[in-house]
Amino acid sequence: MATHSLPDHFELFGLPRSFRVDRQRLDERYRELQRTVHPDRYVNAGDSARRLAAQQATRINTGYQTLKDPLARGRYLLELAGIDHNDEHRTTRDTGFLMEQMELREALAGVRTAADRFAALADIQQRVVREFDQLATRVADLLERDDAGSLAEAGAVLMKMQFFRRLQQEAVELEIAFEDELA
Amino acid sequence: MALLQISEPGQTTAPHQHRLAAGIDLGTTNSLVASVRSGVAETLPDETGEHLLPSVVRYRAGQAAQVGHAALAAAVEDPLNTIASVKRLMGRGIADVRHIGSELPHEYVAGSSAMPLIRTGAGDVSPVEVSAEILRNLKQRAEDTLGDVLQGVVITVPAYFDEAQRQATKDAGRLAGLNVLRLLNEPTAAAVAYGLDRGEDGTIAIYDLGGGTFDISILRLQRGVFEVLATAGDTALGGDDMDRAVAGWIMQQAGIRDDAGRGVLRRILQLARAAKEALTLQPEVTVQLPADMHGEWSGVLTLDTFNALIRPLVEKSLGPCRRALRDAGIQTGDVHSVVMVGGSTRVPLVRERVAAFFQAEPMVDIDPDRVVAIGAAIQADILAGNKPDEDMLLLDVIPLSLGLETMGGLAEKIIPRNTTIPTARAQEFTTFRDGQTAMSLHVVQGERELVEDCRSLARFELRDIPPMVAGAARIRVTFQVDADGLLGVTAEEQTRGVKSSIEIKPSYGLGDREIERMLQDSMHSAAEDRDARRLREEQVEADRVLEALHAALASDGDQLLDAAERAAIDAAAAHLARVRDGTDVRAIHAAMEAVERASSGYVERRMNRSIRQAMAGHSLDEFSQ
Repeated sequence: MATHSLPDHFELFGLPRSFRVDRQRLDERYRELQRTVHPDRYVNAGDSARRLAAQQATRINTGYQTLKDPLARGRYLLELAGIDHNDEHRTTRDTGFLMEQMELREALAGVRTAADRFAALADIQQRVVREFDQLATRVADLLERDDAGSLAEAGAVLMKMQFFRRLQQEAVELEIAFEDELA
Repeated sequence: MALLQISEPGQTTAPHQHRLAAGIDLGTTNSLVASVRSGVAETLPDETGEHLLPSVVRYRAGQAAQVGHAALAAAVEDPLNTIASVKRLMGRGIADVRHIGSELPHEYVAGSSAMPLIRTGAGDVSPVEVSAEILRNLKQRAEDTLGDVLQGVVITVPAYFDEAQRQATKDAGRLAGLNVLRLLNEPTAAAVAYGLDRGEDGTIAIYDLGGGTFDISILRLQRGVFEVLATAGDTALGGDDMDRAVAGWIMQQAGIRDDAGRGVLRRILQLARAAKEALTLQPEVTVQLPADMHGEWSGVLTLDTFNALIRPLVEKSLGPCRRALRDAGIQTGDVHSVVMVGGSTRVPLVRERVAAFFQAEPMVDIDPDRVVAIGAAIQADILAGNKPDEDMLLLDVIPLSLGLETMGGLAEKIIPRNTTIPTARAQEFTTFRDGQTAMSLHVVQGERELVEDCRSLARFELRDIPPMVAGAARIRVTFQVDADGLLGVTAEEQTRGVKSSIEIKPSYGLGDREIERMLQDSMHSAAEDRDARRLREEQVEADRVLEALHAALASDGDQLLDAAERAAIDAAAAHLARVRDGTDVRAIHAAMEAVERASSGYVERRMNRSIRQAMAGHSLDEFSQ
């Protein structure tokens, strides 16, 4: 894709290219940009203007989704730095981390038989969120250094964040299943 | 060309004519139309003063369809030709319809789309055509009241409506000859009706309990922008369940058995409903069985007994509320306003429990039956361009994930639920056989892993793939969801840049040709009437195009266009102005397209400039200090 002609997400939102994003500023820019280009502003316009508005609004939505999520933002920064980060085909060799993941997974599976299922699940969810946030802080530090070694390490940390993201999703699915059983 | 709607500081916009626009709440049981008149949004009554139009259509051979109260009155004597609750059939396949339809007496037959047709004495009709009859009736009411052709409407849909159901609703609008400016989610419309955009920023819950369905949405409001954060609901929970609970109590008290017959049961349900309604205003009600029914039983139903009967139903609605809060990532205490929608929210226990759950006093000032139509009218007024300085913006999400069928009947999510629209995602595919030139894709919507548990939206056939060895072709398929939540798909072969043609087989939508045929078939008006109406509609459209273009040219035509470009646009506009006064509908249409072509480059420049301006106020300098 000829992305070089378009501003990147950070430029589009008028933010410095950094992992540390001022969330309030990001939200403000998002609203301003959508006010300018949202298709609702062009319902009376011709087909070409409407198409263009939809394209621009889509770009802004994509940029916003990317910049507001630490995992997506980190990957995007690596992509901008020219590092191809496709974690579907990569695994970590950090055995300590893998052990912890296995232990968390077992804990999640054990929730079903816990005395208070919801409390047990909430404990795991809190732990997952805490670990995810700690890794995000680590990524912020690494990306600030901006040398090749730090970038590669940031990629490895992002992959660990992906593990926690998946656990988070599974925990929510389990919670929904429990609620369905109650209903 | 509504670029004129971007008001520039210090520049006065030329006064323009008020454009007629309306909001339509196309409901399962009742429908309404509302419009903004003299700055006030209100629902429009019919000639007898009724605001609610029963969503019932009766078909009779050789005659125009009956809509509303007349059709409802005929439902008992002519059940097979009288169609009620058609909203439940919109965008549904024959299997769903058989399931839903067990309560409806009709016979269904397969049509050209996946949506079945309903057999009537006047031929087979699609649910889209039935809905279009209701819309036409409301359109007529609005145009009679307002005195001219409507320039555009906003039609509301439940937030949980999937793509097929939205597409069917939009098709019904087109079929009714309406210019559908936007499909708006019902809860968002309710929030707009309360003018919450003019109040303080925060998080809003919209609790919508209707006759047969329940829906909860969480919205974030910041500086006039409504952003839907999450929605959830229960499609089988509503006021009808309360009626059944009360009917059960009456039968138990009066000693009536379950096998008393349909007629008796229906009358008891009516009594139960009346008792429920009475208890919204008084602490007890006397239920009296008519003399011809099971002796002369009468009994007193107190509010306490009634509350005990319906409590489990009210509690059941709180499950989806918890789920929506979790999807939105917030706590109950974060919600600062709760808006009540739907007739069933008049029940005191509902208000009480919702207030306790969200720790906020629910808003009930606007009639819960009309609040959605009123919000839709306000949005229609803005979209039509009557409020150029209005800052309000509504950002909706897709309620269910969009995915593709992969090997083994699994659904792979492409766009997750609660993604803000419009949005687009691209996915790459390759061929698995040497020389393969075609490939089929199956788009589904839903959260489940198995394709068979999701809703099938469309099957696409990619053709004209350049023949290559297996795995060499790289086909990039882009899925777009527009601001109405409707899906579009394009595909391109990457290695050679060939745009593959895509044959779309919409599972539920109607093709343009089908709409055209239905328009022809519509016996709604005599041919001359129809022609006169089309001409008027084209003229209104032409005026709109010209007005927008002139306003844009006046503001920046000199800066953005060179002499030749300006001359081409002026010539196209002058031609349109000439044919607009004639009677040739096709010539007007062609002239509008010519204006569109001539000005497309100009439109793009204007848009790019406004984005640059929006960005320019905040250059990177701000951060370099």
